[in-house]
Parts: sequence; structure tokens; C-alpha cells
Amino acid sequence: MGRVATRIAIWVILCGGAVAMILPFLWMISSSLKTRSQVWVFPPDWIPDPVQWHNYVEALSGLPFHVYTFNTLRITIPVLLGTLLTASMCGYGFARMRFPGRDTLFMVFLSVLMLPAIVTMIPVFVLFTHLGWVNTLKPLIIPPMLGGGPFNVFLFRQFFRTIPNELSDAARMDGCGDLYIYWRIILPLSRPVLATVAIFTFLANWNDFIGPLLYLQSDSKKTIALGLATFLGLYSTNWELLMAAATAVTIPALILFLFCQRYFVEGVVLTGLQGV
Amino acid sequence: MAPIATFIPDAAKRRRVQRTLAGYFFISPGLLGLALFLVGPLIYSLWLSLTEWDIISPPVFVGLENFRTAFLDDKLFWVSLYVTIRYTLVAVPLTLVAALAAALLLDLNIRGISGFRAIYYLPAMTPAVASVVLWRWIFNSEFGLLNYILDFVGLPKVEWLISADVVMYSFWIMALWSIGPMMIIFLAGLHGVPRTLYEAAEVDGANAWRKLWAVTIPQLSPVILFNLVIGLINTFQVFTAGYLLTAGGPKNATLFYVLYTYRNAFEWLKMGYAASLSWVLFAIVMVMTIFIFRSLGRAVHYEAG
Repeated sequence: MGRVATRIAIWVILCGGAVAMILPFLWMISSSLKTRSQVWVFPPDWIPDPVQWHNYVEALSGLPFHVYTFNTLRITIPVLLGTLLTASMCGYGFARMRFPGRDTLFMVFLSVLMLPAIVTMIPVFVLFTHLGWVNTLKPLIIPPMLGGGPFNVFLFRQFFRTIPNELSDAARMDGCGDLYIYWRIILPLSRPVLATVAIFTFLANWNDFIGPLLYLQSDSKKTIALGLATFLGLYSTNWELLMAAATAVTIPALILFLFCQRYFVEGVVLTGLQGV
Repeated sequence: MAPIATFIPDAAKRRRVQRTLAGYFFISPGLLGLALFLVGPLIYSLWLSLTEWDIISPPVFVGLENFRTAFLDDKLFWVSLYVTIRYTLVAVPLTLVAALAAALLLDLNIRGISGFRAIYYLPAMTPAVASVVLWRWIFNSEFGLLNYILDFVGLPKVEWLISADVVMYSFWIMALWSIGPMMIIFLAGLHGVPRTLYEAAEVDGANAWRKLWAVTIPQLSPVILFNLVIGLINTFQVFTAGYLLTAGGPKNATLFYVLYTYRNAFEWLKMGYAASLSWVLFAIVMVMTIFIFRSLGRAVHYEAG
């Protein structure tokens, strides 16, 4: 009897937490479909009547969101490819090769995680100003293509360490070089970690705010996140439009999550922490 | 036999050099990135922190003047430090405990558990700007969701973003909403706890509570330490919410340290001063991290091998 009671109690707690997590989303969607006068009602109605689908049209045409989407993709796609290639190369070097200085350099890589971003943000901004890269997409594309960030290198290294040595030893016996082993043996076995890193990289770029805020000024260069912030400034009290825009920006991330859920939870669970 | 004896060391040496070169080839993109966007900028920033510079005219060397100004003359420096520490001191323990509790429950074998995991992670998927827009509406004093709930259970309305005394609570609530990533890392840690330890504890007659404190928490301690350090580093760097949700107000009650540094650098173009502020932050984070590893590191249980 006690067992059953605990189970029910746990289930009730979990449900309570789930409601708290999901209520803001329901509120966002509900508000996004209301008329302006319906938004200003207290206590609020949860079901919009009539349902104002037009809010989405109005919100997404209030600013050039199609341009913002295009810019975001122009940043995200090269960064994604560059990160997958260079972070996995570094991960391979750190996980499966032996050379003097390797462990020291890996510690340096890891310690970067401790460095507050603002410390390098100021000098790097000065550097890009001198190069004339301000108000171009380059400051957001080029740096991540060199190594893809220490956390991604770390994820690749952790995963590569779990692949048995016999596979690469056998290939080495046959006279294959490391480049071949990396490209033809290790990478094809690493789909889970490739997917995890790809998803995290996509999201980081889709969501990034401070980078675009620093470097992108003209409307034709802005990303979705920065565009939404501009929208917030312009329509600060039109909650139905703001909620429609916020919902529209959130939905791609949520769809990605629903399709790739196992790579978030299982990907990190299975690869992320072995031998920290 | 002499030719072979000299041949072997030579070949071994050459192979070692080759392997070293190959190793450095693989990590070269990362090294290049490190040199161009980290080591170089760090040195440059250290120099900047000793100057007064508005980007337009040439920098003027002022020695340690910036640090003196920050510590002795700049009231806002201390305000921003206080705001950040206050936020951190509550947000980190709060999210740590909530994320651990959620992970413990979500590690159980219950029907629909993967659905629950997804829901608890969902908020972390919301783009930061979208979640700020959403929470600004939730915190709205007159028509917001939170005050509606308070009103529903018979409590008075609260001026979530308007009152300087209350505004920090709003940020703590938002922090609680996005425990997903921390929770996932705890789940990963729980995954690694050997089942045999629980079985042994059961043989000894331990109940669930006892198992939690005698097995789970000690086994999980490296992960707790990891989440604690990452949590501290992240909360010390809060920016987007402070910038977009409250713009540092009301009455500087949410003037987070990085927001204040950002303003110095990019709004007031005090690049030298901002660089010194960023180094103060770096020093704080480093001392804090080392202190935590020194004081808690010994208490942490590490699996042998």
C-alpha cells in the first residue's frame, strides 16, 4: 500500500512541475491568438474568441522577419559545418593521438570554459572594428569555424574515447593513416555525438543575442533574435503581436527538439559525462 | 647486427616526430582559434585595462587608475557587483536543488517518464529573447499570468518588474523555469551510479531516504560540483534578461555586472575602463572556482580509475 501511495505522490509532484513548466507556453499561445481588447481583460480568458490568426501575419510583416531568417541561416549553416569538422578534428587529436603537450593543451581548452565571455568580447570587438567587419556577418561566422568552442571539442573527445582501439589498430596495421581512420572509421561511428553537437550549435546560433547585438546594425543584416528584440522595442505594449512573434520564433526550436529529443537527453546522458 | 641497432632508434624517433606533427595537425584549427580569438585578445585586453580609450582618439596609458576608480569612486561598480552576487547566492542553490530533485524523480521507472523529461527540458529550448518577451507579459502587473494566479488563490497583486524590492524575485523565478540543462547533466550522472551499490544498500535494509544520502549523493558529488561551478560561472554572466527585461532597472536593482560592463564599453565607449571591469570579473570567477575546488574537491567522491 505504501508503495502505491508514494508512486501517486511522485506522479502528482511531477505533474505539478510539468504544469509550471508548460503554463507559460500555453499563456504565450493563448495571448498570441487574442484580439487587442481581449488581451486587456482581467481575469483573462484562456480560450481566445474569436481566434485571431491574423496576429501572426501582422507580427511577421511588421518587420522583415524573412530577411532575419535568411541572415540567421547564412550564419548558422557555415558555423554548423565548420564546427562539426574542426571540433571533431580537435576531439580526435585529444582523444586518440599521443603527442607531447596534448594533456596540457586540453586543460587550456577546458579552462576557457571558466573565462567570462565579456573579457575577450571587448578586444575582439576592437579587432573586428579594425578589420572593418562590423555590420557584416563575418564576426559571427569565422571565430566558431576555428575549433567550434571548447565544449564541443570536449563532447567529441569524450565520445571518441569510448570507441574501442581495436578498430583503429587494425586499420593502422593495414597501413592506414590517421586522416583515413578519423574520416572513414571514427566519424561514421559517431553519429550520436555529431547529432548532439549539430543540434546545440544550431540552437546556439538561432538563439544568440549578444553577438548580433554587438556586430549587426542595419536591418538588412539582423538575425531573428535581434529582430525580435527590435520588435519588442517598437511594439512594447501590443502583447498579442509580441506573443505571436515570440511563438513564431520559438516554434522552429521546439520542432527541432521534438524530432531530436533523444539526442538531447540520451546524447548528453550517454556521451557527455563519461570519464569527466 | 649493427645496422639494425642504429636503424630502430632512428625509425622510432622519426615515427614519434611524425605522430606529434599529425597530432598537432588535428588540433590545429582549435589552436589557431585559441591564438587568434583568445590568447591574442587577452593580452590586448590586459593592455587596454591600463588605458583610457574612447575608440576614436588614441589610447592613453593610465596605469592602474581604472581599477582605483572602480574600487574607490564608482558607486555603480559596487551596485552591479552586489546585484550579481545577490542574484547568484539565491539562484545557484535554488536551481541546483530543483534540478537535482527533478532529475531524481525523472530517473524513476514511471509510466510516461520520457514525456515528463521533455516537458521539463522544453523551457531551455526557448530562444532567450523570446523568453524575455514572454516573461515580460507574464510579469505584467495588471494583466499578467502570475498576478492572475495570485489573484486566483486570493493573494494581492505584485509589481514584478516595477518594484525595486521585488524585481529580483522575478529573475529567480525565470531561473527556476530553465533548469533543463542542469537537470540533464544530473540525469547523466545518475545513469552512471552502479546499480550494485543500491542492491548492497537494500541488503543492509536501507530505505529510499537513506539510499539517497548514503549512495546517490556521494556518488553524484563530482556532478554536483560540476553543476555548481558551471552554475556560478553562468549566473555571474547574466546579460540578456537584464538588458531586455528591465534594462538594469528599476533603480539599478538589476544592473548585473556584465550589463554594466557592456554599457561602459559599447554605450559609453569607455573601452579601457570596461576592459578593467572585465578583468575584475575574471579574477572573481577564478578565485571562486579555485576556492570551490579546494574546499569541496576533497569531499567529492571520485570513482577509482
